[in-house]
Amino acid sequence: MTSHTTPATLEARGWGWRYATRLRWAVRDVDLRIEPGERVLLLGASGSGKSTLLQGFGGVLGGADEGETHGALLVDGQKPTDARGRVGMVLQDPDTQTILARVGDDVAFGCENLGVPRDEIWQRVRSAVDAVDLDVALDRSTAALSGGQKQRLALAGVLAMRPGAILLDEPTANLDPQGVQDVRDAVAAALDVSGATLVVIEHRIDVWLPLVTRVIVLGAEPEGTVVLADGSPDEVLGARGAELAASGVWVPGHPPATPPAPSQRPGETLVEARGLSVSRRRGLVVAGPFDIDVRAGEALGVTGANGAGKSTLGLTLAGLIPAESGLVSALPTLAAGEKSDPFRWSSRALLTRIATVLQTPEHQLLAKTVRDELSVGPRALKLPEAEIAVRVDDLLDRLRLSSLADANPYTLSGGEKRRLTVAAALATRPRMLVLDEPTFGQDATTWAELVGLIARLRDEGTAIVAISHDEAVLAALHARRIEVGR
Amino acid sequence: MIDPLTARIERPGPIAPRSALAKLAAALLIALPLVLTIDVVSASVALLLDIPLLLLAGLRAKEFWTRTAVLWIAAPLGAVTIALYGATSGTIHFEWLVMRVSDGSLTLAAATAVRVLAIGLPAVVLFVTVDPTDLADGLAQRVKLPARFVVGALAGMRMLGLLVEDWRALALARRARGVADEGRVRRAFGMAFALFVLAIRRGSSLATAMEARGFGGRGPRSWAREAVWDRRDTLLVVVAAVIPIVAITAAVLTGAWNFILGPTA
Amino acid sequence: MSTSTSGSTTESASATASPSQGLGRPELWRWRGVDIVVASVVAVACALVFLLWNVGYEVPSTILTPLLPGVQGLLAGPWLIAGVLGGLIIRKPGAALYTELVAAVISALVGNAWGPLTIVSGLVQGLGAELIFLVFLYGVWRLPVVMLAGAGAGLACGINDRILWYAGADTLFTTVYIVSTTISGAIIAGLGAWLIARGLAATGALGRFAAGREVTARV
Repeated sequence: MTSHTTPATLEARGWGWRYATRLRWAVRDVDLRIEPGERVLLLGASGSGKSTLLQGFGGVLGGADEGETHGALLVDGQKPTDARGRVGMVLQDPDTQTILARVGDDVAFGCENLGVPRDEIWQRVRSAVDAVDLDVALDRSTAALSGGQKQRLALAGVLAMRPGAILLDEPTANLDPQGVQDVRDAVAAALDVSGATLVVIEHRIDVWLPLVTRVIVLGAEPEGTVVLADGSPDEVLGARGAELAASGVWVPGHPPATPPAPSQRPGETLVEARGLSVSRRRGLVVAGPFDIDVRAGEALGVTGANGAGKSTLGLTLAGLIPAESGLVSALPTLAAGEKSDPFRWSSRALLTRIATVLQTPEHQLLAKTVRDELSVGPRALKLPEAEIAVRVDDLLDRLRLSSLADANPYTLSGGEKRRLTVAAALATRPRMLVLDEPTFGQDATTWAELVGLIARLRDEGTAIVAISHDEAVLAALHARRIEVGR
Repeated sequence: MIDPLTARIERPGPIAPRSALAKLAAALLIALPLVLTIDVVSASVALLLDIPLLLLAGLRAKEFWTRTAVLWIAAPLGAVTIALYGATSGTIHFEWLVMRVSDGSLTLAAATAVRVLAIGLPAVVLFVTVDPTDLADGLAQRVKLPARFVVGALAGMRMLGLLVEDWRALALARRARGVADEGRVRRAFGMAFALFVLAIRRGSSLATAMEARGFGGRGPRSWAREAVWDRRDTLLVVVAAVIPIVAITAAVLTGAWNFILGPTA
Repeated sequence: MSTSTSGSTTESASATASPSQGLGRPELWRWRGVDIVVASVVAVACALVFLLWNVGYEVPSTILTPLLPGVQGLLAGPWLIAGVLGGLIIRKPGAALYTELVAAVISALVGNAWGPLTIVSGLVQGLGAELIFLVFLYGVWRLPVVMLAGAGAGLACGINDRILWYAGADTLFTTVYIVSTTISGAIIAGLGAWLIARGLAATGALGRFAAGREVTARV
């Protein structure tokens, strides 16, 4: 298959960008040149500006009212906004990149914007869909696709534009292991076909290392954004492997610190499920039947492919959604005076017994400041203000949120929001904690921190139910596994 | 979850495959003239003439009753309001405080109810079979509305399904955090606000993704799907135009015509 | 150490436009992609609110109506929020009209009691808010103006409903109804939209809009 475009040159000459809402320059004075056809892995600690740089190349940063710029950013010698269609970007969130309702239409969207004639559009659509190995009909609904399929759909949409450069901003952060592999393979196939320049930002670099020829590490220094390292993968990782691992990258050979094995044997059973079948909607069984015991001081890992029903099972055990059939019962030691079915408990009763941390932090933010967010649970329990203050300060300390105590929760970074939602669940000292994908989309540092925290809770006697497609999490927690969907 | 706005189901009958633009035009053509008068004759004749349209639309029975449920509730309620507070004329049957039920208000009430059905039923039935992408294509290519706005609106509409899922998750979160026992109204406001935040964050992300695919650029835009219009679409529109004409003629001939801006309205 | 290559320029963020520049500002007339999409998404979120309110308003309505015919107009506010909020966030000509219209179209497509005439309502109500924002040259966005825009939408709603739906009603009903919808528009749609926009700005969600930047300082 022939491609009709030439690979693009990407260049930054003393370029900087400051968002209108920030004091600090996101990128300042960076000098960088990427030759046509190169495949670059762009790394750097958070705050180094790598994502801003990528968005700058993509031409999506916005105009003069959204920020200031200095220096020049060039794609084939032109400004990125003048080179629309030369650069294609795939972003992190699968859901906000599907633009139209049907697969074929979505892939055709980029071509329509470039004014490609109709017949050629559909030719390009078909070859792009084949290139990414997306084996679905062109009139399939995009909402019905899995995360990995949606990201491949976005990639197909980019490929159909025949860009000279493909930029990927954490494309696999929100995917399960199968999805990660599929997307990586699709990118490899796309590059074989088009020979375009590639720049990819990712934390989990092991799948990308075989594909890239050059690794660039950015750092934010006082004098500006500096290229800390630039060379072949072996050179850079050899010289700076430990440093990169400390900044949150999963460097092969430098795994994040994992907590020690449990010091005690599991304690008493707190919740048991017998013949449990779960469903999202009445009558539509998603998974089951299960026989499960949730024990104090033990981590139970719920694993399986995305969509198999892991979350549904976890939420049913947590008393948030009703069981389709079978029984979920809390033993008297946990129920402590309430009925045995957690779903029948009032929401206040759940607070000290079973706490749940959902997958998306933004669904769980209730207050205007971080401090108030942590106080919501204790206030609902009608604890005295002094006690609330003590607990909140303790949690702010333990989870390193003290400097953010008066910030609006929505303004926190992804990792900070996750720590906040976990802290909020702990404010009422629950005996059982259910966590839905706690390390989803996080870098290695946050990963290690959260896993360490969960392990400590386990050792203190809390029953942990961890829903995760990440095998490493379950291994680190020495969790007993329940597999859903096989 | 496949949301109601984007699922494409194959439907039987001659109406479903018609262009979305034709269906929109048809619904408007039935509605607008009928709105000009409030009398039982025009409304009933129109409702009668609507029936073939309803039967040919290709909706399954269950779907029909679920989607039109809103109308079957709204029509009698609207009628009751008019019966109690409508313009008085003729014999007064019942009077209490400001309520006054008379011959006149009862006729107007009946007319209101039937009119809601005569306008609403074909509209619901036609709109259920409209695919938003087709409608957007029609509006941009044929009616020549500005392409960026139509496409932007279409892309934004996809958020509806996601937001419905978000609402469910928001409710679960409130239960998990201990605040779902009381204060339903306050909680609803809090959830609605959170929904706005989620919507706008997603919208901003979506806008970036669209810009990354060249949306909003300066050059001319092409269209992957052609918005077609054939004779059968014209036929649908003509039929839809004829229904209110016949209904109004009947009303004028029987003397029941009652202009909404006229003296007795 | 920074060096400027020859030919590079420093473009600074424009200061918040002063109302005295009026309609002449060029950036006022060009909608960005993010303006269109966020306006659409606000419309979608409001349409969801509409759909919930379509069901929810029946009970308060049946309670209010016997007290004073026409006073159920006080419940009209939620349907007017889309236009006012859209105008307040996007701050460009046509924003109020566009957002209210798109919300109405979605509401009609999903199915409601008013069918295609919802679109007419949306058009009229959106215009009501739009005209007020126009009078202030799209430059003043303080609470009194926003409430006035809500009132404008409410007034338009009252007149529209009276003509299309309550064509059989008497003078008392008409007056009470239109006054009620106007008040409801000012308070629920006007004040409500203003509070929502303030809350949204505090969360940082409006970073790409002037509405977000004027409330929070650079952090």
